[in-house]
Amino acid sequence: MPMDRVLFGDNQFFGVNHMSEEKARAQALRFQSLEAIIEVLDSAYAEGIRTFMCTSHERVADICDHFRAHSDKYPDYLFYPCMPYAHKYANAVTEHGMIEALRMLLPRDGAMAAMLKGGIALANKDIESIMQLLIDAEMKMFEQLRTPVIFMQNVITDLLLGLRMNQCFRIFHDHVRSKYGAEPGFITMNLPRLLDTLDALGIENPIVCANINKIGFRMCGGTQAYERAIANRRFRPVAMSIFASGAISPREAIDFVCAQPRIESIVFGASGRANIRQTKALIDELSVRPIVA
Amino acid sequence: MIRTGMIGLGKMGLSHLAIARAHPELDLVAGCDASTYLIDILSKHAGLKCYTDLDKMLAEEALDALIIATPSKLHAAMVDKALGRNLHIFCEKPFVLDVAEGERLASLAKQKEVVTQVGYHYRFVGAFREAARLVASGALGVVHHVRAEAYGPVVLRRKGSTWRSTQEEGGGALYDYACHAIDLVNFVFEPPTSVSGIVRNRVFSGDVDDEVYGTLHFRGGASGQVSVNWSDESFRKMSTKISVWGTNGRITADRQECQLYLREAHDALPGVAKGWTVRYTTDLSEEVWFYLRGEEYSAQIEYFARSIQARRLGGENSFESALAADKVVAMMLGEATTPDLPGKRRGGFWARLRQGGLAVNARN
Repeated sequence: MPMDRVLFGDNQFFGVNHMSEEKARAQALRFQSLEAIIEVLDSAYAEGIRTFMCTSHERVADICDHFRAHSDKYPDYLFYPCMPYAHKYANAVTEHGMIEALRMLLPRDGAMAAMLKGGIALANKDIESIMQLLIDAEMKMFEQLRTPVIFMQNVITDLLLGLRMNQCFRIFHDHVRSKYGAEPGFITMNLPRLLDTLDALGIENPIVCANINKIGFRMCGGTQAYERAIANRRFRPVAMSIFASGAISPREAIDFVCAQPRIESIVFGASGRANIRQTKALIDELSVRPIVA
Repeated sequence: MIRTGMIGLGKMGLSHLAIARAHPELDLVAGCDASTYLIDILSKHAGLKCYTDLDKMLAEEALDALIIATPSKLHAAMVDKALGRNLHIFCEKPFVLDVAEGERLASLAKQKEVVTQVGYHYRFVGAFREAARLVASGALGVVHHVRAEAYGPVVLRRKGSTWRSTQEEGGGALYDYACHAIDLVNFVFEPPTSVSGIVRNRVFSGDVDDEVYGTLHFRGGASGQVSVNWSDESFRKMSTKISVWGTNGRITADRQECQLYLREAHDALPGVAKGWTVRYTTDLSEEVWFYLRGEEYSAQIEYFARSIQARRLGGENSFESALAADKVVAMMLGEATTPDLPGKRRGGFWARLRQGGLAVNARN
């Protein structure tokens, strides 16, 4: 299933801003209420953006509730979950230690069997079962919503990549496909390196989301290596951080991304209707250029 | 290739391990942790050769360098062992808990001519480097005040079960947060000569301080303030900021940006107009070969590797440099006015482990 050209991101809702802590705080203030978030998502929807690419932040559960309750209003709406919201994990590990944190993050409600399985998996260091349970725990909030693509968040992808725990990518890939009938995706700051690893695992034509911007911000390996990878390697690129937190003007930023025809989708976040409209219009305008061989 | 070992595979340890394994010049030959659980997972799923005993790892692996990321209380003895084998050492912050011991180790490292580095990663954040550069330029005029702050959501309820919640183990906001703030003062301005009005308070913790405040005094008459609180949920993650006031302006820097206000343009900063100049992380960050959580974590490991290759002794964050932060911590502990933290308890888990022959654990 092809992805939409334009995906809507969630950083702005949860106080994530790579440019300014003050701005991040102002956004966190503004989006304290669910209504404020829904209003922005509605604006994006009105502009034709129907895919929300979001972390499994605990507040996303409320957003999911809204979309479940109003499914008639959003008949074609899609969620692309990105898991996990890493600070949830990091804070739990700091407070409780690694093993206890794992125990806490594994599902405890519902089926006793899941708990039992979790306990046994923990004791046996059965990493496949542990990962499956963690994925299921993160996916709980998205129940009954359409999630055709499920991403592994970059902190986890890149941690596993550095540790060379490559099998985890395969486990994630297989579980997302078999249990959720979804396409697995990987977010990374280290695109060329990740592609090598996924290739070696035989994961074909993977969806990979990475920073792709004109100034090379957080593109490890360098802009040229990214451009080469996008042009020559078989994967489905999703561009994020295209504006490099505002360091690049909108037209210039989008022009750079759209000039690389193999980029399938672009994810961006914005807080205002005018901004969303302008960005969407620019992407639409610059995406129709003929593909240069 | 630099044959490197790692001890302590907790939260910071795993992050260092991932970065070090991705580094083209480091050959991460083995890891060590007392948690057999972690060791089993890493050896099975990451193909890492693992030990549960540091002595055994040091004896069996011909290492060039050791990365230490264990709980703070264990640092000194491990650094000592590594120096005994003439290894280059990267040690997590804080360097050591006892200044006299730190002085001995720093001087031993100097004598052995090995590279030493402590994990004060903020010195590798572009915005803080820019702040240090601007202050060093003299453009602020005579500096008269410095403020370093760190806030974050570490301890938010009455509960604590890791080494971070035990004073003796080097836990508490003083060692975990204030050290960073103090090191930034040392980096961006200079180390203070004395401290006063120190407040160390518990908010939720039973045994350690959750907030630390204090006044710093510098040799030229400038004053400073440190303000840290790790029980502040309004911050998504640790947030650190330094401000410097001088007769010709001021600077405020955090991880994202460096804001400069100049009353008058200054010859030391050609092209910088009077008034506000802001530079952002997108402009100030230098590209790293591998990214995990922030450029600074990779940049500091890269710097360590380069130091070893170039035999650069006394570079950024050397033992000596980190010891300057430990000394300020010691002054703050000596000056603390409120409230009395519980006296020495019987040895904690780590202390007992240590007495039992330096086994290591790092469920941090």
